Amino acid sequence: MNKVAVIDYGMGNLHSVAKAVEHVGAELGQATEVTVTPDPAIIAAADRVIFPGVGAIRDCMAEINRLNVGEIVADAMKTKPVLAICVGMQALMQHSEENGGVDCLGFMQGEVKYFGDGLMEDGQRLKVPHMGWNQVRQTQDHPLWQGVPDNSRFYFVHSYYVQAEDKTMETGVTHYGVDFSATLASDNIFATQFHPEKSQAVGLALLRNFLQWDGSR
Amino acid sequence: MALAKRIIPCLDCENGRVVKGVQFVDIRDAGDPVEVSKRYCDAGADEITFLDITASHEERATTVDTVRAIAGQVFIPLTVGGGIRTLEDIRAMLNAGADKVAINTAAVKNPEFVREAAQRFGSQCIVVAVDAKRVSQEGEAPRWEIFTHGGRNPTGLDAIEWIKRMVEYGAGEILLTSMDRDGTKKGFDLALNKAASHAVQVPIIASGGVGNLEHLAEGVLEGEADAVLAASIFHFQEYSIQEAKEYMASKGIEMRIL
Repeated sequence: MNKVAVIDYGMGNLHSVAKAVEHVGAELGQATEVTVTPDPAIIAAADRVIFPGVGAIRDCMAEINRLNVGEIVADAMKTKPVLAICVGMQALMQHSEENGGVDCLGFMQGEVKYFGDGLMEDGQRLKVPHMGWNQVRQTQDHPLWQGVPDNSRFYFVHSYYVQAEDKTMETGVTHYGVDFSATLASDNIFATQFHPEKSQAVGLALLRNFLQWDGSR
Repeated sequence: MALAKRIIPCLDCENGRVVKGVQFVDIRDAGDPVEVSKRYCDAGADEITFLDITASHEERATTVDTVRAIAGQVFIPLTVGGGIRTLEDIRAMLNAGADKVAINTAAVKNPEFVREAAQRFGSQCIVVAVDAKRVSQEGEAPRWEIFTHGGRNPTGLDAIEWIKRMVEYGAGEILLTSMDRDGTKKGFDLALNKAASHAVQVPIIASGGVGNLEHLAEGVLEGEADAVLAASIFHFQEYSIQEAKEYMASKGIEMRIL
């Protein structure tokens, strides 16, 4: 049994990611049990952990701190594959500009920045949030990229982006006015700014890889 | 490398069934929103919008079940609109697997509802649906007003001012329907769409009036829409989503081509 825990700290809709993981588990013919939970014991007993997040970072960090989710994620990162998604990825960084400045978990070196109100490209104004399907350039090999063509389009929705300090962690880059970190990887954690659970075939391929990943490179 | 413009097929559903005749000859049940959604998703739709036109409140439970069934099989963003009036309605739809909800009449009745909804669930899942009708005379500077109840009830609200206010209150996206063009197949109201797109920073989905592929491309190129929504041209298989995307790409528009 492949046990997957999706950490529920009260921020947003976790149904989509749970459904998508169940779907790819079934496709693999693998017995997969997905639990959406805040319970540290269940998360500790899981084989794989997903750290999602939507909404404003201040609210997310408040709940993460209140429920001690940082320690839960830190423990999981030591022993098993972890996938952080969207604001989950941003929460791993040191600091975010959102909500007047919010300290994050600091598990990865880098900042979360605002796209800006006057974002322009080729004389055209770019809308914020960055919402829709954009290409991800794979800057490093990684087991989670297996079978995912380079420059595939994934579904994004965010107004703040991650700028990793240590580019050796960066496994994918997307361009929207600026180049930003679309994915990061370090030891057995993989983080995506996009939503694999909403990115149709390529997103499901990434989740399928996650279910089979042992955390090594 | 750039963000793609989106094509969003829209399903009108009543009591859990697709209405306004989807005419897919080769699927088992063209009234089944799950089958139709899957078909569109496989064909390359960038999102699905599910519009519930169920009249009675009691039948809402069916809608939640339908949304759950679609969300279990369709792994692209799903927006649910129609009859979203309370925070509880939003929660029910998000828990069922919707990614966004579209709020229309309830926003007009109580604009603060949009603010509360965005604060509670995040702007990323709050779409405000705006039904606008041109009220200026020929030769005057164009002006549009908000109408409710399928274009029957005027509200006196200026559409562009209203859109700005909704974004200020936390709307993450605007679904803008021209009531003059809806159902006419004459193309989008491009001036309306462009005015809205210039007025706010969030994405605008153009809706109402699509009759051919050129209309879709114009919506982006002239109307400056970030996404285009259409129902009948896809439902009646006049064009496939793939054809639409290839046509738009041939006009220099960035698209996600499968």
